Amino acid sequence: MSWGVSEVGVRFGRVRALDGVSMDVADGQVTAVVGGDGSGKSTLLHVIVGLLDANVGEVRRPPPHQVGYSAAGSGIYPDLSVEENLLFSAAAYGLSPADARARAEPFLDRMDLTGARHRLGGQLSGGMRQKLGVVRAMLHRPALLVLDEPTTGIDPVSRADAWWLISLAAAEGAAVVLATTYVEEAQRAASVLLLENGRVLASGPPADIVEGLPGEVRSLSSRPPAGEAARSWRRGRSWRLWSPEREPSQVDEGEPVVPDLNDAVVVASLRRDLAEPSGAE
Amino acid sequence: MNSMERTRGEPAVLAMVVKELRQLKRDRRTLAMMVFLPVLLIVVFGYAASFTVTKIPTTVVGPDAPAVAAHLPPPFSLSRVLAHGTEAEAVAVLRDGDTPAAVFAARAQTRVLLDGSSLFTAQAALRSLARLEGSGHVGLRPVVQVLFNPGLKTSDVMVPGLAALILLFIGTVITSLGVVRERQSGTLEQLAVMPLRPTDVYLGKIAPYFAVGVLDMVIVVAAGVGLFGVPFAGSIALFALGAVLFLFVALGVGVLISSLSQNQGQAIQLALMVLLPQIMLSGLIFPLSSMAPGVRWIGYVLPLTYFVEIARGVMLRGAPIGALWRPLLYLALLGAVVVGLATLRFRRMLSPAHPRRRSDRTSVPKPAT
Repeated sequence: MSWGVSEVGVRFGRVRALDGVSMDVADGQVTAVVGGDGSGKSTLLHVIVGLLDANVGEVRRPPPHQVGYSAAGSGIYPDLSVEENLLFSAAAYGLSPADARARAEPFLDRMDLTGARHRLGGQLSGGMRQKLGVVRAMLHRPALLVLDEPTTGIDPVSRADAWWLISLAAAEGAAVVLATTYVEEAQRAASVLLLENGRVLASGPPADIVEGLPGEVRSLSSRPPAGEAARSWRRGRSWRLWSPEREPSQVDEGEPVVPDLNDAVVVASLRRDLAEPSGAE
Repeated sequence: MNSMERTRGEPAVLAMVVKELRQLKRDRRTLAMMVFLPVLLIVVFGYAASFTVTKIPTTVVGPDAPAVAAHLPPPFSLSRVLAHGTEAEAVAVLRDGDTPAAVFAARAQTRVLLDGSSLFTAQAALRSLARLEGSGHVGLRPVVQVLFNPGLKTSDVMVPGLAALILLFIGTVITSLGVVRERQSGTLEQLAVMPLRPTDVYLGKIAPYFAVGVLDMVIVVAAGVGLFGVPFAGSIALFALGAVLFLFVALGVGVLISSLSQNQGQAIQLALMVLLPQIMLSGLIFPLSSMAPGVRWIGYVLPLTYFVEIARGVMLRGAPIGALWRPLLYLALLGAVVVGLATLRFRRMLSPAHPRRRSDRTSVPKPAT
């Protein structure tokens, strides 16, 4: 079974939060929704889990008891302990306390949360809270697991832990959708949906998105000339320059590089900007 | 040079003042409270706050009733004449809370019966009677008897009222924080996704407070009877019925306030705005009969008015259900309305938000990103 949305549009007053967005979320796979702040990621996830009605379009989601959701910021009760948070959610989804404990045990172990079992949600670090949010969302083995920025603002070790959980949920057969601002992270997903200003810039498996990148990307050691500014960006200590066609560039310097998802994301965004120079809303 | 030292620009304190004013301007509710509330309070409570009883509704009973009724001296004001009534009926008039004073007029003797549970009215009546006697007012030298609170003890009157007030406080103020806490911690969104019905959430929210409210009620009444010797003349079951209905109203109002507030500060503000008029206008402190008519009607809308009536009626006068059906019915109706509204608010908070209107779930009024 595949969940997702087709041609979904959402407007907040005059702002188009989502515009003609389609996404398929396959069982047993992780789909990453990538975009900057305000790109429409949360709005899309809200539509998928049913927190928000779309103005137009079709939404395919399982019944509520088969949906798992972790809100941005984790949605953990600050005044309940780790265990109480899990037990409440488990009960809401019809899981017995014994089943919930048995299921949560290995996750808490792996997340180093076992010792914090009786600590209050409000006393957890941001990373612990986020991981707990993911554990809670997958406790009842949902068919569709929706995670809103589960790894934002947490340290690399916690992020790896969170991904262990996310991969596990997919391996158990859940269709997983997560929102993230980190492109590197999206590379681990089976499928990526790139959002900007509520519209899809690119979608598909990360390799396909990179593969489909037209033209070529070169690495420059210094800032490219002003005339190329619209097609160049900084990457670490060097600069990248994208040329729409694979032809000898006017710029002699620089080496062609094998682009990665990061490059593909930037190029997709540049192409949009070049196509709509006014940035029409 | 000190890094904190300022070399130019406006003084730091001015920047702080400007910032505070800007923030205050954004918080319309607080601003409105600061400007309009004092005016409203002084006007409303100014008219309500009066211990002076100028009018004492009186029922005149007995064979000589028509004659006595014709010459009833102020501040006694004729409310009803029962020419064929007995003295027991005069007592029943008081017990049922129909009027705070009754005159039993028979040829042999005239008896004035006063309801001690209407403390200020009874005290005013006693003073007036003493004055009338001193001035050698024509005719009757009545025997005066205070019923239901013969010692005119303040605690007897206040304890049932305080029980009501405590119930209101628990129900409204404490419950009002319940939903708003979910909103602020971002967990309301999480609840909305869970397979819970709005009624599950609503009942789950109020049930613990309901239990605490009932426990508080028992403690307060027991303390009143045990420590202050307040009588409990009537039926415990009737009292409990009134308390449960009142608690439903109070909890419903609390939840309603909570669902209308964006943060705990707003919830407390609103709760106080609901609480204060009830304390002042319910007859708990100031007798309703001595309030200006323009203000008195507010009292007749407030739930506390009716529970104070029930609590004093049952505890002090042993009033039967037949005498209290009106306040009971009103509380039941009000409870149904309040609970209905609160459930609707819950449904709206927990069902999918429509993009056209602002989501009720977020505390930040901006579209999700």
